[in-house]
Amino acid sequence: MKLKLTVYAVLLVCCVPFVFPTWWMATTSLKPVNEIFAFPPALWPRDATLDAYRQVFELQPFAQQYVNSLYIAIVVTAGTLVVSSLAGYAFARVPFRGSGVVFVIVLAGLLVPNEVTIIPLYRMFDGLGLVNTHWPLILIPILGAPSVLATFIMRQFFITLPRELEEAGRVDGLGRFGLFWQVSLPLAKPAIGAVAIFTFLHSWNLFLEPIVFLSSKEKFTIPQALTQYVDAYGGALWNVQLAAATMSALPVLIVFVLAQRQFVEGLAQAGLKG
Amino acid sequence: MTLLAEKPASVLRRPPERAPYWTMRRRDQLAGWLMVAPQLAGIVAFVIVPLGLVVWYSLHEWNVLAGTFDYVGGENYQALLDDPRLGPALRATGLFSAGLVVLNLSLALFLAVLLNQKLRGTVVFRTLFFSPVVVTLVAWTIVWGFLLQDNGGINGFLDLVGIDGPNWLRGDTTAMISVIVVQLFKNVGLNMVLFLAALQGVPAELYEAARIDGASAWARFRRVTVPLISPTILLTSILTIVGSLQVFAQIAVLTQGGPGTSTTVLVYYLYQQAFQFHHFGYGATISLLLFVIVLALTVLQWRMRKRWVFHEA
Repeated sequence: MKLKLTVYAVLLVCCVPFVFPTWWMATTSLKPVNEIFAFPPALWPRDATLDAYRQVFELQPFAQQYVNSLYIAIVVTAGTLVVSSLAGYAFARVPFRGSGVVFVIVLAGLLVPNEVTIIPLYRMFDGLGLVNTHWPLILIPILGAPSVLATFIMRQFFITLPRELEEAGRVDGLGRFGLFWQVSLPLAKPAIGAVAIFTFLHSWNLFLEPIVFLSSKEKFTIPQALTQYVDAYGGALWNVQLAAATMSALPVLIVFVLAQRQFVEGLAQAGLKG
Repeated sequence: MTLLAEKPASVLRRPPERAPYWTMRRRDQLAGWLMVAPQLAGIVAFVIVPLGLVVWYSLHEWNVLAGTFDYVGGENYQALLDDPRLGPALRATGLFSAGLVVLNLSLALFLAVLLNQKLRGTVVFRTLFFSPVVVTLVAWTIVWGFLLQDNGGINGFLDLVGIDGPNWLRGDTTAMISVIVVQLFKNVGLNMVLFLAALQGVPAELYEAARIDGASAWARFRRVTVPLISPTILLTSILTIVGSLQVFAQIAVLTQGGPGTSTTVLVYYLYQQAFQFHHFGYGATISLLLFVIVLALTVLQWRMRKRWVFHEA
């Protein structure tokens, strides 16, 4: 009993650095400017105001930036699912000549961090006239290195499916794409969920790529936009930044709390397989 | 008449069991290649060709603003070796990675062991520890930046208990500690759930046997748990080290590499050279160095696996 209480106490103390920043972010965004650095620090705003939230939308086209981030993340997630489930299925299930070599080439993508290739990628998209558009933020994750982990997870999943399932489908006269679409893919929901969650988060969090590729405010994504709420001297407008930060974090957090099992197990699976 | 006479003859002449050209096998050849084509094309276009271009660029003096692109052979490599900022950048990278890996793995394992005590409500704690993983990275970084201000929340609370906290982001050591800690709490939940899964795979009989042999709790942890979860320790250390070499947003938002160059890690230095000073050729040389480091660490760790990991999962 004493041990139990100790464990609970330790767990509670450990929670502070994980939970407090999010709490501080949300509550500070509701504080008027004269309260945000008040001493002693207050866990709750004395005169709560939505002023910072109004400024978020006045100082930048934040709604547009939010839509940008959201649609890019959705397109990247959908595209990655298509590319990675097809490739993962082929590597796991389809006997074709050269499959081993192709697999090694694709896996090479895991060894090359995005940061290493950012200069040539910038030049390539610049040459195509696609800098300051969303294309690089969409195409590179779907087809390039970031999708390799997704392909790998899909492959690991398809390998575990019993062969007999496909035999039955083949007797019914299904071709390869039919077997993929009608037999294997519907069974791959856990893997699809895992890939969808980490792909969405990856795109949502992207920072280096947007600041390299995008230059006009109406094209910005949220992470990039958050850092732009500064005064004339470059000092951060903390309550405005934190209001925008809260708006970017809260919806994902709510989805996470509702589906925490899928998130935790999905991302753990992604980590294990990677 | 002739037509009628010929017909049976032609039927007879046809080889009796000629297989169709498109056998399952041949169709799979085509289907397989079609299915991997987008991924393969993407890897070639967005990884392999760019990697080749990085090597090509590194052999050139390329100033985008001046519009010059001249072949200079190994000059960029010589310049990198002579660069007085290379040493500090490597040092900052090493400090950040080493600090993060040690703290991250220890804390992740510690939390996983606590959560594995099968108490009521551990799912709630697991959710709370994991929650920063889903908070937008820059949002998380901004609120920590706010907390770490000289007159910010952390020093405010320290002040309440009579401690005069430092100006965290303005001191060399405290700035490095700050970026490590911000990254630590952001992602330690991921390693924690990996460890939790591994711990749940350790058979209870082994603990029972060790207990009967009179092993203390620490001995059981050291001699039973650690060897059995060593594959996960290796995996998490690889993921964490490679991830730590890519840290960018936290540095850019919290310290811009400062104070001085104390938190200018390699990726941030690469960004500065290429996209702030417009030295693409030199930036490409730094990219290659980063690539070689990532590659070497990955290979090294996979080799260590044989000697160090108790059994293959």
